[in-house]
Amino acid sequence: MSEIIVDLKSVSKVYDETVALDGIDLYIRKNEFVTLLGPSGCGKTTTLRLIGGFEQPSGGTILFEGRDITGIPPYKRRVNTVFQRYALFSHLDVFENIAFGLRIKKLSEKAIKDKVKKMLEQVNLEGFEKRDVNSLSGGQQQRVAIARALVNEPEVLLLDEPLAALDLKLRREMQHELKSMQKQLGITFVFVTHDQEEALSMSDTVVVMQDGRIQQIGTPVDIYNEPTNAFVADFIGESNIVDGIMRKDYLVDFSGSSFDCVDFGFAKDEAVDVVIRPEDLVLIPAEKARLSGTVSSVNFLGVHYEMLVESDDGTSWLVHSTLMEPVGTRVGLGLEPMDIHIMKKVSSR
Amino acid sequence: MKRFSLFPYVIWMTLFIVVPMFLVLYYAFTIPTETGATWSLENFGRFFEPIYLRVLGRSLRLAVISTVICLILGYPAAMVMAGNAFTRKNVILLLFVVPMWMNFLLRTYAWLTILERNGVINVLLANLSLPRLNILYTEAAVVLGMVYNFLPFMVLPIYSVLSKIDKGVVEAAGDLGANAFRVFTKVVFPLSLPGVVSGVTMVFMPALTTFVISRLLGGGQFTLIGNLIEQQFLVVGDWGFGSAISVVMIVFILLSMAIMSFFEGEEKDVALW
Ligand SMILES: Nc1ncnc2c1ncn2[C@@H]1O[C@H](COP(=O)(O)OP(=O)(O)OP(=O)(O)O)[C@@H](O)[C@H]1O
Ligand SMILES: [Mg+2]
Repeated sequence: MSEIIVDLKSVSKVYDETVALDGIDLYIRKNEFVTLLGPSGCGKTTTLRLIGGFEQPSGGTILFEGRDITGIPPYKRRVNTVFQRYALFSHLDVFENIAFGLRIKKLSEKAIKDKVKKMLEQVNLEGFEKRDVNSLSGGQQQRVAIARALVNEPEVLLLDEPLAALDLKLRREMQHELKSMQKQLGITFVFVTHDQEEALSMSDTVVVMQDGRIQQIGTPVDIYNEPTNAFVADFIGESNIVDGIMRKDYLVDFSGSSFDCVDFGFAKDEAVDVVIRPEDLVLIPAEKARLSGTVSSVNFLGVHYEMLVESDDGTSWLVHSTLMEPVGTRVGLGLEPMDIHIMKKVSSR
Repeated sequence: MKRFSLFPYVIWMTLFIVVPMFLVLYYAFTIPTETGATWSLENFGRFFEPIYLRVLGRSLRLAVISTVICLILGYPAAMVMAGNAFTRKNVILLLFVVPMWMNFLLRTYAWLTILERNGVINVLLANLSLPRLNILYTEAAVVLGMVYNFLPFMVLPIYSVLSKIDKGVVEAAGDLGANAFRVFTKVVFPLSLPGVVSGVTMVFMPALTTFVISRLLGGGQFTLIGNLIEQQFLVVGDWGFGSAISVVMIVFILLSMAIMSFFEGEEKDVALW
């Protein structure tokens, strides 16, 4: 694949007492759409700020096109940022906000006009040129922030939750728009989000972080289908996670029964996390199932029903199905060996 | 209830602001006659005699010079205070504010003893066998007194605006390619204009109307508008002319406030930050 543009080598960041990043290794290829995904406070913004040059790492090095950029100030980096809190220039109107970087580069007035106009179209803000940025809605401000960064056509664009303030419809539109701009302009995107669906649908590579550490790096499909641990599984999509014991290769005990599975290589009787996606559980007649229980709640979610089934050992199973069984019905839960994901227990921090 | 609670203030304002204002206006627009007084613009006419215009010119010039010096000294000071270098901002702020707790006259008298022929500075200079510095009773001393007394009024509003500027905006400017100088000229300074405007107003107004500083440190040689008004009331006893000058000053002050608030109005969103 193409060359590496940003390379973080065992980078860590410590603020006074808090360890924001605990030695992360991450390389980003040219033209790649990388998403950092993780719960609040896991170090996503910190990672972006290190790449942008607003913070210096406490340890490790950051390479940009192979050169160490530690100590190089932000204005000399060919990186632009869409800040989590917009940080628009309130003394300038929308046009001048977007033109800011171009004016610094001393482009001709005409070139500036053209570029800003095109950018305004791309973020759906035609006709807003003269508006005071303080008079814009949150979503509009966010789009100005995106335009202001993107108009400079940086090598790498860092986006810190750029769509968080948008309503669902506009969010979808902007997701498409951003993705197509990224492809068309050939810019590397490092995108931060809380939203796993957004991460899965937009990215080439997803980086799942927790507590300043990277839990998994992979394509959206890999991350979804083969989460490396229960944290990732839980964070990416909904999951049933139960305690299990690996009896031997390809055989696991949980919920009071033994199940065939496709995992191997664990110690005999090793305690493991068993992860099962709600859409992999199929409703079958109770007498045919090894796992059975009573429906305790039903929720209609549009495409499918979401049901909770209390199995006899007291576990609640989240089931997604297009079929519905009323509350109180006894049902069996069928599942294929392939759908049982066995994960090593992580000592939770 | 609300009306009732406003009552004392209304009395206060009537007694001490509205009534005196009307008195000043009355004296300014009348001249005494044998039978009483008649309406006249004569008092204002006198003000346009060269000798008085020169006083006005000098007052404006010294006030402008002091304001500019205060701005040049005060802006960087406010920037340093608002920056991250100082963790003990309150201490620095206090150092600026504490002198203001002391009586204005006392502070100005203190400069007399510092600048005198045999004052602190000259004794020091003499001990170093350097020539004496004779700035007492010069315009320089008056400007020095104004700058010394009014500097905090420049620093504090600028500091307060600067310290409210979002660090993110500064970072964003850097992110978009602006070096430290550009960040200042294109973002920080424009955002701090409301503070500059109120600082300039708060220094210029008292500098224009002071009479104590010019009398003490100027030795009475540099009559300023404030001195002129004081003389008319306390020495000459020409209340009419004194009032007319006061009215002219009030007009000047209202005018400059209007100009300032025009600037401020343009930036009012920033001020709300
Ligand atoms: N300037 C700072 N000083 C001290 N601690 C900080 C600073 N910036 C971040 N932290 C801490 O570092 C950790 C990671 O913060 P970071 O902002 O990177 O999280 P995040 O993943 O972006 O979270 P969110 O999704 O809420 O934006 C947090 O515990 C945070 O409190
Ligand atoms: Mg963040």
